[in-house]
Amino acid sequence: MSVNLTLLLMMGVLYAVGIYLILERSMTRVLLGLMLLANATNLLLLATGGYAGLAPIFNKDIPATEYNDPLPQAFILTSIVISFAVTAFMLSLIYRSWLLSRADQIQDDREDRRVASQDLFDAEEDSEIAIETSDFHEPVQSKDERLVPLKRTARRKPEQEPKP
Amino acid sequence: MTVASLAPLAVALPFLGAALTFVLIHHPRAQRRVSLATLALTLALEVSVLVFVWQFGPVAVHLGGWAPPFGIVMVADEFSSLLLVVSSAVSLAVLAYASGQGAADGEESGPVSVFHPTYLIMVAGVSNAFLAGDLFNLYVGFEILLTASYVLMTLGGTGSRIRAGITYVVVSVISSLLFLIAIAMVYGATGTVTLADLAVKLGQLDPGTQQLLHVMLLVAFGIKAAVFPLSFWLPDSYPTAPAPVTAVFAGLLTKVGVYAIIRTETLLFPGHELNAVLLWVALATMLVGILGAVAQTDIKRMLSFTLVSHIGYMIFGVGLSSVLGLGAAIFYVIHHITIQTSLFMVTGLIERRGGTSAIGRLGGLAKLSPILAVLYFIPAMNLSGIPPFSGFLGKLGLLQAGVADGSPLAYALVLGGVVASLLTLLVMARVWNRVFWRSTADAENPDPVLLATAPDSSGGRSMSALRSSKHVDATEGRFSGELEKPILPPMMVYSTLGLVLLGVAMSVFAGPLFELSHEAAAAMLARTPYITAVFGAGVAP
Repeated sequence: MSVNLTLLLMMGVLYAVGIYLILERSMTRVLLGLMLLANATNLLLLATGGYAGLAPIFNKDIPATEYNDPLPQAFILTSIVISFAVTAFMLSLIYRSWLLSRADQIQDDREDRRVASQDLFDAEEDSEIAIETSDFHEPVQSKDERLVPLKRTARRKPEQEPKP
Repeated sequence: MTVASLAPLAVALPFLGAALTFVLIHHPRAQRRVSLATLALTLALEVSVLVFVWQFGPVAVHLGGWAPPFGIVMVADEFSSLLLVVSSAVSLAVLAYASGQGAADGEESGPVSVFHPTYLIMVAGVSNAFLAGDLFNLYVGFEILLTASYVLMTLGGTGSRIRAGITYVVVSVISSLLFLIAIAMVYGATGTVTLADLAVKLGQLDPGTQQLLHVMLLVAFGIKAAVFPLSFWLPDSYPTAPAPVTAVFAGLLTKVGVYAIIRTETLLFPGHELNAVLLWVALATMLVGILGAVAQTDIKRMLSFTLVSHIGYMIFGVGLSSVLGLGAAIFYVIHHITIQTSLFMVTGLIERRGGTSAIGRLGGLAKLSPILAVLYFIPAMNLSGIPPFSGFLGKLGLLQAGVADGSPLAYALVLGGVVASLLTLLVMARVWNRVFWRSTADAENPDPVLLATAPDSSGGRSMSALRSSKHVDATEGRFSGELEKPILPPMMVYSTLGLVLLGVAMSVFAGPLFELSHEAAAAMLARTPYITAVFGAGVAP
């Protein structure tokens, strides 16, 4: 099986440029990268069909080995149709995103940031139950500073009772 | 002509329904009826195919009458027909849920009217992937379901959905490209894409080539199934979608990836070269996923992380590549499709009842809405693996298979599985404690919807309670025009209830189900039933 060197080199270049582009943060470039990768893959599919031959239209006089392999070309057609649809959809998403945020950049997920920056301390689970310093059930100001506010409890909202 | 030769109708019927609902785009009620009828019919067909296949073994349908390695073949074996039935049952429940929501909120026009056709196309894609008898048809099935899922994910086009949707589309397109590259390589190496043919021909290749093809396919399917190093897209994108969409995505889409991994591991590459890698990946998926869930403060995001974590259990069973392990994995897949979907559906109801899905802002729902508490509690305990439920039985089966395997790595996974299961219980119990158990007064910054319907005010069944409420100015802002909508439409509650009961039924009938999964696993590991179904007797590996 012989391989067309030009197509092979072309495929390599397309893959390289495509991978470079999808690593960008700009959405239009990512889309261009995806299109290049799809086309590189189409070339790869074409290469798997082996050497170029005659159009695969059956003729009794031509031996079977002379024909081109039609199956990879059918694959390519399907793949082109799919990537066409996806590209159109991506473009509409990018346009919508532009309308909403006036930026061609992929935005950060705010919820991710919020979860990452949340306090390790959770009032409901981690707050300590206040230590009773007096035998008398009166709200006495404690004399002994060591026993009271465990620094963390201070952060708790006053009206919130710790769960048992 | 047997009933099983009608299996391709499982793909064709939803497509037909999609076309009809597209024509009926301005008649929401007719649209809902057509799509529900279509899915019910598909489900009935698939049940009869399952019964047939269970009795007589796998069936292959040669489309267009072309002989196997050349034409397109669709194969229904025990595994794929079982998955078809479960997936259709789940998608029918979610469709009823979405219809209930649509009917309640009066979405007569606008972008939501494309929901029904798109949803049916997605179901057709899932069925096509399960029935595909060749790699390229599997690719087409994936593309159909993914393209439909892009539309469903970004329904309405709000800022957060667009942001999440773009990431989701890019990741999915890249995984599809990897899959296509793998197909090109497989075709270049063997000259065929029919799975049954590949099962014979791949084994004759040089081991290095085999390994390359194997890894390529696993990476492509691993992204779709969201296994550990390839799972980061999932918790980012799923929670932003509308509730019914998230529910069906969580149940079905990742499982199609798991299905493809199982086919690759059993039919295409029956050897054990990559089993250790799969087991390590399974361990990492279980632990990293559940640790992510522990950190979350939003129910939907928390559930998305547990979803990733529980994919690890399935990969664990696949990586053991024994009948015990694979059988338990199959049981776990069907259990998880049902349970995860019902949890997301309940979360959608919680969001309607409490106005938000942030755990901290909710409280007292057990008193406000006992039915919701029951609907959450049963699948939550089921997912955490508490004894009478199918989650426990599935995990028990996996742990038994791990112990039977006996290698140190398998024991590490048994331990990891137990830890992940306990942490699942922790996150589920935390949601229970805060959202349902504590009093409404403890919620921080609660949503007006929650306050207005709290027991001290009128506590009605519809938003009209808001009108008399002191918490909201009902005439403007986000509540204007929403006052007459029922908070918990009966159809949404009943469809969720139906799916929760299906999960309970899986626990009750776990015996026969386990038997069926083991039978399916044994047939897949033997490989001959599948190959002879496609080629007829005489050609065996």
